[in-house]
Amino acid sequence: MKILIHGGRVVDPASGHDGLADIAIAAERIVTIAPPGTLRDFDPERRIDATGLVVAPGLVDLAARLREPGQEHEGMLESELAAAAAGGVTSLVCPPDTDPVLDEPGLVEMLKFRARKISRCRLFPLGALTRGLRGEALTEMAELTESGCIGFAQADVPVRDTQVLYRALQYASTLGLTVWLRPHDAFLGSGVAAQGAMATRLGLSGVPVMAETVALHTLFELVRVTGARVHLCRLSSAAGVALVRAAKAEGLPVTADVSINSLHLTDVDIGYFNADMRLTPPLRQGADRAALRAGLADGTIDALVSDHNPVADDMKALPFGEAEPGATGLELLLGLALRWGQDAGLTLPQTLARVTLNPAQVLGGALQSLAASAGRIVEGGVADLCLFDPDAAWAVEPAALASQGKHTPFAFAATGMALTGRVHATLVAGTLAYQAPAATPPAA
Amino acid sequence: MSTLQLDAEALYATLRDGVRGLLADAAAPDPALVGIWSGGAWLAERLQRDLQRPGTHGVISSTLHRDDFAERGLAASGASTQLPFAIEGRHLVLIDDVLNTGRTIRAAINELYDFGRPASVRLAVLVDRGGRQLPVAADFAAARLLLPAAQRLSLARAEGAAPDRFSFTVEGSA
Amino acid sequence: MLARRNPQLNSHGELIHLLSIEGLPKAVLTQILDTAGTFLAVNDRDVKKVPLLRGKSVFNLFFENSTRTRTTFEIAAKRLSADVINLDIARSSTAKGESLLDTIANLSAMHADMFVVRHAESGAPYLIAQHVAPHVHVVNAGDGRHAHPTQALLDMYTIRHFKRDFTQLTVAIVGDIVHSRVARSDIHALATLGVPEIRAVGPKTLVPGDLAAMGVRVCNDMAEGLKDADVVIMLRLQNERMNGALLPSAGEYFKRYGLTAEKLALARPDAIVMHPGPINRGVEIESAVADGTHSVILPQVTFGIAVRMAVMSTIAGNSAR
Repeated sequence: MKILIHGGRVVDPASGHDGLADIAIAAERIVTIAPPGTLRDFDPERRIDATGLVVAPGLVDLAARLREPGQEHEGMLESELAAAAAGGVTSLVCPPDTDPVLDEPGLVEMLKFRARKISRCRLFPLGALTRGLRGEALTEMAELTESGCIGFAQADVPVRDTQVLYRALQYASTLGLTVWLRPHDAFLGSGVAAQGAMATRLGLSGVPVMAETVALHTLFELVRVTGARVHLCRLSSAAGVALVRAAKAEGLPVTADVSINSLHLTDVDIGYFNADMRLTPPLRQGADRAALRAGLADGTIDALVSDHNPVADDMKALPFGEAEPGATGLELLLGLALRWGQDAGLTLPQTLARVTLNPAQVLGGALQSLAASAGRIVEGGVADLCLFDPDAAWAVEPAALASQGKHTPFAFAATGMALTGRVHATLVAGTLAYQAPAATPPAA
Repeated sequence: MSTLQLDAEALYATLRDGVRGLLADAAAPDPALVGIWSGGAWLAERLQRDLQRPGTHGVISSTLHRDDFAERGLAASGASTQLPFAIEGRHLVLIDDVLNTGRTIRAAINELYDFGRPASVRLAVLVDRGGRQLPVAADFAAARLLLPAAQRLSLARAEGAAPDRFSFTVEGSA
Repeated sequence: MLARRNPQLNSHGELIHLLSIEGLPKAVLTQILDTAGTFLAVNDRDVKKVPLLRGKSVFNLFFENSTRTRTTFEIAAKRLSADVINLDIARSSTAKGESLLDTIANLSAMHADMFVVRHAESGAPYLIAQHVAPHVHVVNAGDGRHAHPTQALLDMYTIRHFKRDFTQLTVAIVGDIVHSRVARSDIHALATLGVPEIRAVGPKTLVPGDLAAMGVRVCNDMAEGLKDADVVIMLRLQNERMNGALLPSAGEYFKRYGLTAEKLALARPDAIVMHPGPINRGVEIESAVADGTHSVILPQVTFGIAVRMAVMSTIAGNSAR
């Protein structure tokens, strides 16, 4: 369908473009970007009035759990991809800790096929690094890449045997594949909350910062020896950020991300054992949050992710240590990115880069034909766009979220704060994947 | 404050004479004085002295047996029951300042029974203000009058130069 | 984040659940101690019962076994004239996979008025308190390593009984503090009641430096920890600590951190020795001290019943509004 998006503020972090423009879309691609009202010879079947809205590249979320195959309730893939679209996310990466684990090409193909049929969001699955995520035998990384995996990971199950980890990185490096790892020592990191005054007072077993830094040191050493590309998932500590900064300065081929939760919250927010704060990595202290925010601003951390995990109600209605870690996040990624960007004093293109261009660059060649245009607005590129009202305030009401995951630390009832920045429409491959219902004012 | 004036000291004199009579009753030999915390306990203390009774008077706290626990909770000032003599088989004269609904007396008697079975219990009060909600009667009252339920009548004891000086405070609308 | 009101207090600041000592004002603690004094007198009468909880059902929900603590709660509830039902959860429906909240819902349907809960997970009583009907009260009988508030209250009663003035005391808590809910509750209570010097004594694996954030002085040397102490609280050492690579052996622990008469001589001559029980003779404390003149371990047990009567009657009398 030929679509004209007119009168919007087009922001493209890659080129630095930030100004009013009209966009013509045809056959899944952006045909022309032109100053407002200057387009000739384009007869759209549909016009979208973007007056007062920002037109940005569709968000690229490097971490969202869809819980399919396996642990899903009915219609999970449908609801979670709808949540992505509602959050302006047009491409998302899902981890391999499904049931069964994504370690067979057939499973990956089936998942991609199902997602394509729903066609709300592009799905880029991570394959398991080891069979069953057991940390013993390697998976067929070449086959899995051919089925559509864009990288290989262990989700929250670190490989304990350093020999196996070394071999896995060595093998991935041979094939030029990126390994996505959470820096987390299994033995030091078996607690349920961040080690510190809060965990001590609450009598919760603590995860020391050491669990992250020891793992980072090990990973960097293995990267030096193997030359493998590693993407570090969910940094959580100031010491961790410092180590990544030094590794990048040294020239190691590493990238990193941080979740919306670690970027905005600390362990104090656990309050009276609020299970919505049970997260991995655990929320750390104020100094860690400050370092993560600074790291995202100065480029040490490349991308901001939602770390979306639609945990069911009965898995949160448990004592803190027994509750399942995770929070819903796809629909909050934009608003929380904008809030951070404003606090950090960044421009809108700089802020949006952390959720569009930069994550696309982390994916790099794995995007294949999309690599040139994912996370960007460029003539000839794919029409993956997010139109949002940068000034609209809205209250996070879990019941109103599209996701089946209703547990979020950012619910208005808990924070008393509304988010600013509301998605108006989302296009994937030139098709409308989401359109906001008629605007309602936020709860007083 | 209402215009009702009660002379507590004058009423005490009347109470003292009435209690003297109760204590002299041949049908209830060797009786002991027990005052209900707090006003009754003050009265019992002074009566014990003024009537030259041997031994020590007892003090009963009705806190643990009150029937309004569910509404009002446990009273903050949990004054304790002090009974320096055996209750079992003893004749008692219970002293209180104001008799109203009768519930305090009921609770005090229940508390007494936790210690033993008295031979008899008689009641002497400074003021019977009516408004009974239970079948309780005073064997002696220095004054009987009717007060509206909204008015609160309580005994006060002066500190300092003339200790033991009693007075009444009345609060609430007529 | 919005500050949430302490779930233990109603909107008037009255205690409706006892979940933790933390966050309770000094006046609330003192009132419970004073009330306990009244019940101590009751426990000396021939008729030890008072009718305050008559007609109420108290359910003892012990997800972790403890005959001692459960028995004292049962005695306390019965002396308040409550009906007491003991639920041996470990062997019943939860073993069949029933969730904690389903268990609570089922019991609430049986008109429970009060739950006394012991659970292996820190925070479990908070979850329960969030989900019970407004007229139901929850008493934490120990949750994970977080809190054991009734133990702390009876410990405070014991200290007040023998030492009178909290504001002049040096109190040493010795043992596996990092895993101890008793220690945490004791520390909060001592701090709230104004004890100026609270020492946490033990090896670094059991008493790490970051405990100082709770307002205690960390002493990894026993002699330093006991010097001139007025009160010594010994904690039980659990066998699991040996297996968890925290300590090499009970013998080595006793040599360095066990309370002997010789080490006790470093404390004040009139120091009292306390222990929440049950004691491991020869591991954290030698028999001569446990049975000696400084020991107030048995009075602690007596006070424990009165304190629990005070806790249950206090919260039962306050409504959730």
